[in-house]
Amino acid sequence: MKMPKPDGQIIDRRREIIDALARILPGEGLIVDEEELRAYECDGLMAYRQLPLVVALPETTEQISQILSYCHKAGVKIVPRGAGTGLSGGALPLADGITVGLGKLNRIIDVDFENRAVVAQPGVTNKAITDAVEAKGFYYAPDPSSKIACSIGGNVAENSGGMHCLKYGLTTNNLLGLEMVLMSGEIIRLGGKHLDAGGYDLMGIITGSEGLLGIITEVTVRILQKPEVQCAILVGFPSSTAGGDCVANIVAAGIIPSAMEMMDRMAISAMEQFVHSGYPLDVESILIVELDGPEVEVDYLLQKVEAIAASAGSTFFRASNSEQERQMFWQGRMSAFPSVGRISPDYLTMDGTIPRHRLPEVLGEMAEMSKKYDLRVANVFHAGDGNLHPLILYDANKQGELEKAEKFGFEILKLCVRVGGVLSGEHGIGVEKRDLMGEMFSEIDLDQQQRLKCAFDPTGLMNPGKVYPTPRRCAEMSWMHVKADKLPFPDIPRF
Amino acid sequence: MAEDIRPQNENELQQLIASAYSAGTGLEIIGQGTKRGLGHRVKADLVIDLSNISGITLYEPEELVMSAYGGTPTSEINAALGAKGQMLAFEPWDPAQIYGTKQGKGTIGGLFMTGFAGPRRISAGAPRDHLLGVNAINGAGEMFKSGGRVVKNVSGFDIPKLMAGSFGTLAVASQLTFKVLPRPEAVRTILLKGLSVDEAGKAMRAVMASPHEASGAAHLPAALSCQSEIDEIATSNTSITILRVEGPRPSAEYRADAIGKMLNSFGHISQLRSEKSAMLWREIRDVQPLCSGDAKDLSKHIWRVSLAPTDGPRLANWVEKNTKADFYMDWSGGLVWISLDENIVQFAEKLRSIVSGFGGHATLVRANDDASGDASGDDRDLVGVFNPLGRAIDPLVKRVKQSFDPDGILNPGRMFGAEQI
Ligand SMILES: Cc1cc2nc3c(=O)[nH]c(=O)nc-3n(C[C@H](O)[C@H](O)[C@H](O)COP(=O)(O)OP(=O)(O)OC[C@H]3O[C@@H](n4cnc5c(N)ncnc54)[C@H](O)[C@@H]3O)c2cc1C
Repeated sequence: MKMPKPDGQIIDRRREIIDALARILPGEGLIVDEEELRAYECDGLMAYRQLPLVVALPETTEQISQILSYCHKAGVKIVPRGAGTGLSGGALPLADGITVGLGKLNRIIDVDFENRAVVAQPGVTNKAITDAVEAKGFYYAPDPSSKIACSIGGNVAENSGGMHCLKYGLTTNNLLGLEMVLMSGEIIRLGGKHLDAGGYDLMGIITGSEGLLGIITEVTVRILQKPEVQCAILVGFPSSTAGGDCVANIVAAGIIPSAMEMMDRMAISAMEQFVHSGYPLDVESILIVELDGPEVEVDYLLQKVEAIAASAGSTFFRASNSEQERQMFWQGRMSAFPSVGRISPDYLTMDGTIPRHRLPEVLGEMAEMSKKYDLRVANVFHAGDGNLHPLILYDANKQGELEKAEKFGFEILKLCVRVGGVLSGEHGIGVEKRDLMGEMFSEIDLDQQQRLKCAFDPTGLMNPGKVYPTPRRCAEMSWMHVKADKLPFPDIPRF
Repeated sequence: MAEDIRPQNENELQQLIASAYSAGTGLEIIGQGTKRGLGHRVKADLVIDLSNISGITLYEPEELVMSAYGGTPTSEINAALGAKGQMLAFEPWDPAQIYGTKQGKGTIGGLFMTGFAGPRRISAGAPRDHLLGVNAINGAGEMFKSGGRVVKNVSGFDIPKLMAGSFGTLAVASQLTFKVLPRPEAVRTILLKGLSVDEAGKAMRAVMASPHEASGAAHLPAALSCQSEIDEIATSNTSITILRVEGPRPSAEYRADAIGKMLNSFGHISQLRSEKSAMLWREIRDVQPLCSGDAKDLSKHIWRVSLAPTDGPRLANWVEKNTKADFYMDWSGGLVWISLDENIVQFAEKLRSIVSGFGGHATLVRANDDASGDASGDDRDLVGVFNPLGRAIDPLVKRVKQSFDPDGILNPGRMFGAEQI
């Protein structure tokens, strides 16, 4: 993975840039010392590090607008950064770019129970939104495992999901409004507390745009009332195929559980060593199915799920009997990453989505690859929506092992695309998967996307080097065509 | 009249658009043309009719996904889904009543590209929430794809969302892949009579703030409830407020009872049986209350106003006090439908200023159409179909349009008339 060559002239102008920023951000708003810059050198993808030119920590939308407007004129690149938990390197700094950290914009602006909406600044954490409304029984549905730390602005930028997006949707389905500052410094507002905003769905394109289109400065999300009852069911299977069949049959029976999570033997054993969730150890795969709703609904569906699981060949079945037990079942799954961190010095978190029925085949091939690369892999799987997280275990201290792990990961993602899936389900492309975009998209497809970026960011200064393998100047991208003087239509029937 | 041309497949379509691009020919893109009344009148040299690029190309019920060519009749899609107990969850509408056209028509491309959802919008989202992937041809005649066939996907910009509701002004969707969902096993509708607009708003919001996952919340004033084809509603002589719950049978029953208890203080509560309930929600979905009886003539203009649920009753009260317009509320008050035959210019101005004060969006869904096809004096151009772009966003929207359709040959003017988008 290569980042674009830093612009030496910008680096030479560092002093001047710092002075200009200091005029916009009085007080503690700038980080310039190398020691302190270290804290920003990477995001959750820790294999890649780079010190930023400087870090700016604005406190208002107006300041962000001024910073961007200055950088736009001065030709300085920008990297937006939320909490830095992103796993694809979207917030990886640039040596010749300013990292704009949004941590100081951390206020909840409005809690509106009547309209079931919360307006928050981008640096507010995902969990803080639920915390703000919980007293009245409400919550914010998308629940990435990183919810304690990750920011709502980052969630929008990555279109983050979580365990419960099977029933409640991803960030994009729970978003009502946005404020964003474009690279030019212009401030735009989209949506609000209403559902249909009219005109082009710019909010739809901004969600999941990985900080390439502008800096999100305010977010309005929808909140929901908590279900009366939640019940988690732990099901064990002698093979992953049987687990996959069970998932397919549940959906085919017209049941959409609030969550369906699967994990393989390697993941189960790592989790059980770390937290004791009571997972059976004599199975090849475990499925956690969560049902929610009124008690009558949960009981009714529980019986159906039990029958479906049995006919798929389950060898273990237990439904949570108390909130405490439900939490315990989830504990293991929720700590998948740290558990794997315990059994291996390092690991890579992959994130691809596949059509669910291809799971056995994908797991089979992955096992082959694991032998080929001589690296272990543990699988956790948002089974309901086909989002696979293979965790590749390696040791960075061993010469060449990171490179080997990355190759393994790339091969998995290519496989995902080959079976009809995609390169990223929820972690984004960032720098990590940038060079794989050609596996999924043609040159024309990618040009269309980059043209769209140019509409937001004509100078290409907003988070460059991410997502798109071949950065293109916007001027290069305009179409050239020869005008014909007649209508040369092919032989197509006319009416 | 512009010439009508009907490509047989994606490749022909692409060639056609590529040659129109090099010749600078303006194209109107239609499926079956059922929603031509929605949006501005297109000023094009040639009409491209997609109805021959049709057919379901993939349907995997246990994966909750379907793909189809843009020209596939929505009825064909609904039939295939129905056979497997599934549906398009956003509750597609039928514009026939509004535009006085034949019922049950329309294509899947037209449905997604116009982007309207029915009453279930409040729980299941809009077409944009269900569109997963597209194959499309941009205004330079290039075929591209975006998105995929899986729900979770952050691999490049989510162009399908941008295209949903773009009225064919960005690219022509030749193939669409969308999410489908199981049909609920049971449906229950709770009925309250005689509530004022404010009381109805309160009752509906209380239900939406409960854990009962209501999938419909609407209010018809007395003047409109008498238009219903359901006797029980038509003869009630008073306003009606309805709430819908869906799910497994025991769940729907339990939730309906629980909502009944919750709303006890609002007055007498009854339930509508499934067949009548389905009919009533269809009426709400297809704007029938504003299109039957006296309102049947097509000369009235119809507005669709999306706002925060608490602002719906405020707007409705204003309409009731200050105008002779008919109106009803859907989406728990977050959607107000209005019809009126008086001076459109004055009304539009007033409505838009109120709605922009609240924060929301007013769409002119039907205007008094000049049947001669002469665009001059067209009410839609006069007042604009959508909210005006606004200074802050206007240049960006235009650049977005140009990034797909550099010469503006796709449905010129359909969304913003004079702005050429
Ligand atoms: C232990 C762990 C578990 C995780 N579990 C999940 C999970 O279950 N589901 C899931 O989806 N993800 C998960 N993630 C990934 C990550 O937490 C999410 O992608 C999260 O949304 C990133 O938020 P952040 O604030 O940390 O963003 P950052 O990492 O700071 O930034 C991510 C990207 O967003 C951009 N960005 C951030 N803020 C803004 C803004 N205000 N305006 C414009 N662009 C912005 C950045 O430029 C960057 O490209 C997990 C990560 C970890 C470390």
